[in-house]
Amino acid sequence: MTDTTFATPLRAEPAGIERRAARDLLRRSRCKPAEILFWLAAAASFFLLPDRHLLLSEIAILGLFALSLDLIIGYAGVVSLGHGAFFGLGAYVAGLTSIHLTGEPLAGLALAALAAGLLGLLTGPLLLLRASDLTRLMVTLGVAMLLLEAANRAAWLTGGADGLQGVMIAPLLGRFEFDLFGTTAYAYCLIVTFVLFLIARRVVTSPYGLSLRAIRDNALRARSMGIPVGPRLLAIYAFSAVIAGIAGALLTQTTMFVSLDVLAFHRSADVLLVLVLGGVGYLYGGLIGAIAFKLLQDWFSALTPQYWMFWMGLVLLVIVLIGRDRIDALPRAILRRIRKEGRA
Amino acid sequence: MSAALQTIALEKRFGGLTATDKVSLTLRHGARHALIGPNGAGKTTFVNLLTGVLPANGGQILLDGQDVTRKGQIERARLGMGRTFQINQLFGAMTPVESIGLAVSERMGGGSDFWRRVGTRSDILNEIAELVERFRLTEVMDQPTRLLPYGKQRLLEIALALASNPRVLLLDEPAAGVPEAERAELLETLGELPRDVSILLIEHDMDLVFAFADRITVLVNGALFAEGSVAEIMADRRVQEVYLGSEEHD
Repeated sequence: MTDTTFATPLRAEPAGIERRAARDLLRRSRCKPAEILFWLAAAASFFLLPDRHLLLSEIAILGLFALSLDLIIGYAGVVSLGHGAFFGLGAYVAGLTSIHLTGEPLAGLALAALAAGLLGLLTGPLLLLRASDLTRLMVTLGVAMLLLEAANRAAWLTGGADGLQGVMIAPLLGRFEFDLFGTTAYAYCLIVTFVLFLIARRVVTSPYGLSLRAIRDNALRARSMGIPVGPRLLAIYAFSAVIAGIAGALLTQTTMFVSLDVLAFHRSADVLLVLVLGGVGYLYGGLIGAIAFKLLQDWFSALTPQYWMFWMGLVLLVIVLIGRDRIDALPRAILRRIRKEGRA
Repeated sequence: MSAALQTIALEKRFGGLTATDKVSLTLRHGARHALIGPNGAGKTTFVNLLTGVLPANGGQILLDGQDVTRKGQIERARLGMGRTFQINQLFGAMTPVESIGLAVSERMGGGSDFWRRVGTRSDILNEIAELVERFRLTEVMDQPTRLLPYGKQRLLEIALALASNPRVLLLDEPAAGVPEAERAELLETLGELPRDVSILLIEHDMDLVFAFADRITVLVNGALFAEGSVAEIMADRRVQEVYLGSEEHD
């Protein structure tokens, strides 16, 4: 960001230009100190807040789910109101795997990822037929509703409205038992989220990720440059579905229960809310949004058990009306004022 | 030897309106060919037919002898059909380096590479530097595109098209809206475009046409009206009547 303030020579030699170009291109993939701080804090929370591991697990799962949504909304400009379909499918597949195949958690995670990714590949083309936001909202919403109804009808498989009974998860790696306090669960969720975050970060800072941003900015131009817009969008949609499916699987495995609630509309709506709360297009938005959402929810529901949704709505309205950029700029503005007064 | 780009009786109708009326045009290799015509003559429709934004109702389009009439926009671009837009179509949030780098990496087939960090291939960096300098974008190369002065954005518009290494380049009113102070820089850059790229210039601005083109085609009401060298067109009385100096006649 500060690069532009440096005075630049009018005619730099080619090697100098190449170096500046490389610096500009690498700027996004460079690891910033704030990022390291963020993950250190996340790791520290495991040791410093042992009695909040259940809540923290929920935050990690919601954060991962919101991160998956950020991949398509923030990076590819594809909006969705039915991302819960992938989350719910992943949750059910993980539950069914534990009942019918194996209680091994990583196998359940892999199968859930596979199933959700396939659903993404199958339903993704529907989003490409008409590239308007409204159609995409309706198509994704429709797919999610179909899946909810299917799960409701297929009671022999899913347990219907009673939920899936008898989910038993074996110890992680054969050693770490899932305990009542959520300690294993939180470590598990945190590590899976971190690994998937790293993969997602790598993807969005690759040439492929750059082409997605170009498509989001101007699909017409991208097409005239010969970029195959459809396949590129389909790939990120499926990748996002994989991550959402894994998030759903984590929920099943850490709570040892699945019900139709995982496919309910409020999942898709909540995750969108979380992402808006944290900000789109920088991967941390989903994670930060999840922390804010869950903490606010926790706090408001302790304060006023009946009206916590009212306060959540109010906070969301205020954030959207003030605008993210102004909120993001606030700490810097305060810092500048403090410095100025210090000098005066 | 085949032409760089050829249309044979190309036709486009919107309902009862014929926007392109059996236009046959030949763009020679290395051409500097201008397509002019009064407002509503169907110039932009013609460009959209050539690039595949609109499907044709009849006729053929040959790119280097290959029939591309039924091919889509993306495929034609990959076969070497480059274009710029009358109204800038840029990536506002990206820097010129990123935009050009994207075009170069897509051409080199690295666009679907999802596991490499952007900015680590020296062959791509090399080409970016060359294009940035050729298009006089060095000073603003690492600033977000939407903050660039209009003239620089116009230059980037052309740089992006050239970065895909097209065989045929369609320039749709490249000087439109560029303020006087930034015009010279743009014209100079246009003049320095590589000779092996065959260029069709769609333009209103007659000064630019006369300075740039060696051959001119006049389009009126969607149909081919006249074609010839610059001198021939300037001397053509019919062209003067419909287009060039019509107001001097009364």
